[in-house]
Amino acid sequence: MDLSYSPEERAFEQEVRDFLKTSLPDHIAAAVRAGGDLTGDMLQEWHRILSAKGWLATTWPKEYGGPGWTPVQRHIFEVECNRFHAPRIVPFGLAMLGPVIQTFGNERQKKDVLPGILSAEDWWCQGYSEPGAGSDLASLKTRADREGDHYVINGQKTWTTLGQFANKIFCLVRTKFDCKPQEGISFVLVDLDTPGIEMRPIRLIEGGYEVNEVFFTDVRVPVENLVGEENQGWTIAKFLLTHERTNIAGVGSSMQALEEVKALARRVRRNGRPLIQDPLFAARIAQVEIDLEAMKITNLRMLFQAQKQGHPGPETSILKIKGTVINQELRDLARRALGPSAAPFPGAVTDGNLALSPPDTAKNAARYFNNRKTSIFGGSNEIQRNILTKTMLEL
Amino acid sequence: MNFDLTEDRQMLADTLNRYLADQYGMETRNAVAYEAPFHDPAKWSAMTDLGIAGALVPEEQGGFGGAGFDITVVFEALGKALCPEPFLGTLMAARLLGAAGADMETLVSGETRYAVGLGEIDAAYDLDNIATTAAASGDGYVLNGRKSAVYGGQDADLILVLANLDGVPAIFSVAAKEANVVDYGMIDGGGAAEVLLEDAPATLLLADASTAVQDAVNAGRLALCAEAVGAMETTYEVLVDYLKTRKQFGRPIGTFQVLQHRTVDLLTEIEQARSITINAAASLGEDDATLKIAMAKNLIGRAARLVAEEAIQMHGGIAMTWEYSVSHYGKRLIMLDAQLGDTDQCLSEVMQSYAA
Repeated sequence: MDLSYSPEERAFEQEVRDFLKTSLPDHIAAAVRAGGDLTGDMLQEWHRILSAKGWLATTWPKEYGGPGWTPVQRHIFEVECNRFHAPRIVPFGLAMLGPVIQTFGNERQKKDVLPGILSAEDWWCQGYSEPGAGSDLASLKTRADREGDHYVINGQKTWTTLGQFANKIFCLVRTKFDCKPQEGISFVLVDLDTPGIEMRPIRLIEGGYEVNEVFFTDVRVPVENLVGEENQGWTIAKFLLTHERTNIAGVGSSMQALEEVKALARRVRRNGRPLIQDPLFAARIAQVEIDLEAMKITNLRMLFQAQKQGHPGPETSILKIKGTVINQELRDLARRALGPSAAPFPGAVTDGNLALSPPDTAKNAARYFNNRKTSIFGGSNEIQRNILTKTMLEL
Repeated sequence: MNFDLTEDRQMLADTLNRYLADQYGMETRNAVAYEAPFHDPAKWSAMTDLGIAGALVPEEQGGFGGAGFDITVVFEALGKALCPEPFLGTLMAARLLGAAGADMETLVSGETRYAVGLGEIDAAYDLDNIATTAAASGDGYVLNGRKSAVYGGQDADLILVLANLDGVPAIFSVAAKEANVVDYGMIDGGGAAEVLLEDAPATLLLADASTAVQDAVNAGRLALCAEAVGAMETTYEVLVDYLKTRKQFGRPIGTFQVLQHRTVDLLTEIEQARSITINAAASLGEDDATLKIAMAKNLIGRAARLVAEEAIQMHGGIAMTWEYSVSHYGKRLIMLDAQLGDTDQCLSEVMQSYAA
């Protein structure tokens, strides 16, 4: 056992810092710092910068154009990106579809799909959940009927994150009906400019717009857009969800959130002293800091385990459960630290001189509400517990 | 960075686990742990012959270990088997003797059993507030005061005692027979003592001992964290096994989701406990050891209580009985929190780091 960074790892850390210092555009970092709402152009701009450096597809093997990083390098990159307020990399093409195509795609699909992800040319979004198929994903009803060389897709997908910026979508569709729900699902790739697709925004709890409903009416998709075998989509769906969990601990983001909470609690005064000197509030910070300190190691241990096995295992559900709870707790503390100053609707106080809280904390309440999603999406924390029950406990 | 045990440490763990499984099964353990002298001197000797004391001492001081991960390997194994042998005193004494540059041959061989007396009734964890004093007398010193919760003190040869000498904390060595040692068995097994010092003759080991004492406390806390991880592992295994076999309403109780999800939460917390203990072990001897180890002891205190209480609850009545192993694991997991700084004490120590 050895938790220290090697000289090579330290050099890499410095390289990442230098890169972020010179290459992360100020207007993008400022937008992240202010609490989120990034335009599609900003995200795309950052993706292209990373792509040019060869650091966009951080989890991909070298043969597909990934940087071939070790788990420690990936950890360092994540931590530094958060420290410098770089946007989170949009995961749907890179962390989800990429590994699927590399594992289940044919040679033509590898040639057609992977370069567009790697160059940030294509923006993929996800067509998994449906109004009637959330946690019980296998009950999905969107159907794809074969007509000659095409599938004709009809149905509705939902919770499609950042679909408003995407040009492509990967979907789970039903291709067989007289069987167990899991046995009749296929995985298909769809161009969003195909006639018959309509995307509608869903406004979220805090007022923001990041997810969509997607309606499919007689959408004709070439049969060669099927990934893997027909009716084998459930295997791919599960594979993809495991990969979705690899970076889900959000350690870098929580480390940054912890620093923000501490800074805020030093600035806010209550009972005639900085809030951080209030024993009750300091205790709340300390407890979550300790949980995060453990989470860093849990995350690294599991990254190493995944590297050894060649793929992430079911134990990554632990990262999802605990990582999201830690992050939510930190967002809660940031909101509480502001007290009544957290209340103004973002943008409601237009005169900067009258703002109740510093500009970079104005969205703390909104962030708190928005982050309630993390224990729900990507397989709710209850679904993660079911996965662990089956695989780790064998109950 | 890597998370694999070295071959030597893996061998030590295997040897110790095998010995404890063969020689220190639950029935033996309970027979030993609750009757004076609350450990088994023959087994103590057998275990020191296996090198358990030596593993807690650095090579340059006559042992073959002494690093954070040597300590965690030993104490995780002890915790798995709920072993009551007083190696916590050995470890903490080794840190103090090491700081003094004293000879450790009989500590490593097991010939001398050490206990360490730091805390007092009114200063259980806050060692700045102790009342025991030392005064020069002839060639040596005499001590006056009362040391509380001296683990292993019920059957120690030498007790290392923290006392103020002219207002400065110092460590003295006291022969157990020179003090009034009031020994007792503990509710979770094993023994300890109240050590009453009335002009007890003592040898000065370390003047100005603050740094060495903090290091001994850090090492002791780390050992308790690892012991808890071991005890939690066993408790968890027994629980999962029980959930598979115990039937109610015509089916194994492990098929009930209300128990499944709670069990997964224990798994999660045990993994976190293991992680923070690794983090603490890596820090021992480094500048940030006191903070990192206080963090670990806080998380361990929370996790251990959760595992103990939930394992008892999910078992039902059987875990309330003396006969069933989980009752003893539960007691140990709860009570070790109070050793060398509990959950709240450690949390407030972490909070001190925000004052700067």
